[in-house]
Amino acid sequence: MTQTQNGKQKQERFYQILDEVKDPEIPVISIVEMGMVHQITVEERIIWIQVMPTFLGCPALEMIERSIRERMLEEPDMDEVFVEFIRDPLWSSERITPIGREKLAGFGLATPSIDRLDQVECPYCQSSGTNLVNLFGSTACRSIYYCRSCKEPFEAMKPI
Amino acid sequence: MSHETNSLAPEQLTEQQHMALVDWLTKLADDEFILGHRDSEWLGLCPTVEEDVAFSSIAQDEVGHAAFYYELIQELEGVSADYLAFQRPAHERKNSLLVERENGDWAYTIVRHYLYDLWDQIRLDAMVKSRYTPLAHGTKKMKREEYYHLIHFQHWFTRLTGCGGEARERMKQAMEWAEQDLDDLLDIGLYESDLLSWGILTQEPAKMRSEFYSQYEDLWGKISDLSGRRIIFSKQASKGRMGQHSQALASALENMTEVIRFDPNAKW
Repeated sequence: MTQTQNGKQKQERFYQILDEVKDPEIPVISIVEMGMVHQITVEERIIWIQVMPTFLGCPALEMIERSIRERMLEEPDMDEVFVEFIRDPLWSSERITPIGREKLAGFGLATPSIDRLDQVECPYCQSSGTNLVNLFGSTACRSIYYCRSCKEPFEAMKPI
Repeated sequence: MSHETNSLAPEQLTEQQHMALVDWLTKLADDEFILGHRDSEWLGLCPTVEEDVAFSSIAQDEVGHAAFYYELIQELEGVSADYLAFQRPAHERKNSLLVERENGDWAYTIVRHYLYDLWDQIRLDAMVKSRYTPLAHGTKKMKREEYYHLIHFQHWFTRLTGCGGEARERMKQAMEWAEQDLDDLLDIGLYESDLLSWGILTQEPAKMRSEFYSQYEDLWGKISDLSGRRIIFSKQASKGRMGQHSQALASALENMTEVIRFDPNAKW
């Protein structure tokens, strides 16, 4: 019992640490809030972290791996960190946490669901009078919209 | 689950299966790699800034997919993905002729990409339940990304053919050019029935091809001026799938491999 308790606390602690590792393309949100962390396995002074990439060709993966390693190795009880990018299970935009969604909205990024590509709420004024301008945006995972109400352009995460 | 116990792991492959799988993966990887390069050539030159933005994402997706397939080959063959991408001579490449053609005008770019993405979607559908699990997992992910490419090019295709005038004329011309390469694009190769019987592919190739043509024809079948047309299949003298390529591939490769030829150990 104490061991599982300990294990749980340890896990929680490592999740909190990973919560400090930000998405290099959207620095307001962490990889935990993005729902990218699948599993953490700790054995003595070694940790294995399984991460789900958002897009297969995402150029930020190497940076994410490096940031995880660097942050984890700052912990006095860590000697080695292994980061593995996995494809099973698949990351989906549904995995972004509620806090993550709030932070993305604050950053000007909406998070629509796949069946509502045409009805996206403006992250600035919450109006639903918006238009899809371009399915493709500044990064592989975003689309561009325009709000007819506050007349601001904004981006949305592509639902995948 | 039966799906899992039925799966084929890399170490379980027979020599025949190994060979056929590497052949198929090479076709997929080379297609995505060369088309991704062609897409990247549009950057800064697209007719609208929105398309510049779109093509940068699309190019990045395709090259990412190529890297995934090359890595699967790397696992099987022990040859690095970088070598496979940058150091193989043209005659060892199995991409379709369609993807190596120069970009040409906007109409050809749209028609070529639409045809490729349509075939790619059908091909991915035939792999998401593959017994070769690494392939099933990766293609599931790709399907979600490619979904956006297909609707993008479908939209452009319909707009340009629907609006008449010079746009429609150019689209008609582009369709004729691109259709000459369809036989080669849809060629799965010598092992197609084996791939199906081993469960590496889970759709019958003949059905995949008829699905392709019926979706393609549905797209323009109702447009007056086009509804009466027929696809003319002209047998090409060369076959990209067999490593017989055009000068266009040679010059693309020359361009793509400039850095590695200058300094094989370059890091960036």
